Amino acid sequence: MRRAVITTTGASALVLALLALKPHHLASLAEAPRPPAASHSAGTAPGSSAGTGTFTGSPVDTEYGTVQVAATLVKGKITDVRVLQAPDQNGRDREIASYALPRLTQEALAAQNAHIDAVSGASYTSQGYMQSLQSALDQAHV
Amino acid sequence: MSDTGSGLRHVEHVMGTVFSFDIRDRPTPAVRHALAEAVRHLHHVDAVFSTYRHDSHISRLGRGEIRLKDCPPEVGEVLSLCARATRDSDGWFSAAPAGSLDPSGLVKGWATEAASRILHEAGAFDTCVNGGGDLQLRGRPGPGTPWRIGIAHPLRPGALVTVVTAADGLAVATSGTAERGAHIIDPHTGTPTAPFASLTLVGPRLTPTDTYATAAFARGDGAREWIEALDGYEALAVLPDGREWRTRGFHHYGS
Repeated sequence: MRRAVITTTGASALVLALLALKPHHLASLAEAPRPPAASHSAGTAPGSSAGTGTFTGSPVDTEYGTVQVAATLVKGKITDVRVLQAPDQNGRDREIASYALPRLTQEALAAQNAHIDAVSGASYTSQGYMQSLQSALDQAHV
Repeated sequence: MSDTGSGLRHVEHVMGTVFSFDIRDRPTPAVRHALAEAVRHLHHVDAVFSTYRHDSHISRLGRGEIRLKDCPPEVGEVLSLCARATRDSDGWFSAAPAGSLDPSGLVKGWATEAASRILHEAGAFDTCVNGGGDLQLRGRPGPGTPWRIGIAHPLRPGALVTVVTAADGLAVATSGTAERGAHIIDPHTGTPTAPFASLTLVGPRLTPTDTYATAAFARGDGAREWIEALDGYEALAVLPDGREWRTRGFHHYGS
């Protein structure tokens, strides 16, 4: 059901989807400690905070090619998103890889840090980025 | 569609962009039904108004193959709203900015506002509908909490110019060049214009707010004075060199 939410992306949609993945969490990071998640997560030693580590998302095929990202989280908060695979077959692909993908990452981080609900003035399309990031977050159980 | 305990969220790819729904009300069957109806409505609007579809009503109307009476009633509504926006903006908004019929500058905001209204009529009072970066907000995200909307910085990827807070109902529209290059047409010359890096307008309802943002962007130098004279609207502009200006009342919504 969750996965079905992510029919596509854009920076603003990414922000929303992150909020959808982690209800009440992004918005309340500053106010309240996060309850520990029940499930284990990769890179997490027993007893340490859940949702900490680097989680590799599934490779996602798009009409432009394969996109795969890895998300680094600390206590459920995204601290970095690395693009592992991005299409680079033509100019449009390279534009996405060199500009839109880093921008999506930065906007996801800025949105998280500013505790905002949505972004106006940004609507990049990068379906694979979103899906792969979501699968990474699914692994992190956040 | 996704449950988040007390709300409902959905992301839909339509009209060449991304629409997202953030519903904070309890997801009653009526609200779920309204969300599905709102999504269907967006696809319907796309089919009728897409200028990228050769067979859309708007394309056929533009080519003179059909007449207004052959179109769904929404076409007449949109064209009359466009005419009003053109009048209100002294001609700086146009339903044919590059010469041929293309009310796209109004349709997306109008469809977003309609989607918000469909939810509201079903009892969803605390919602954020985001149509590709232009938003219609209602109510609030939580008790005593205003909606917080980041305004993307057009020149510094990942940064926000400011955060707009909306305590109860607000439309936020941003016209800019960062997303798709210079795509705003000066209706007086029919050529792309980029006097701003971005121009954000806030107002009560998205249909006029979005069209006024487009008109103000095209207007360039005179935009600030024009918006100052509009009752209920405030603006934040980022110029191509990074300088910013805000209308006098903008501080009610953001820094």
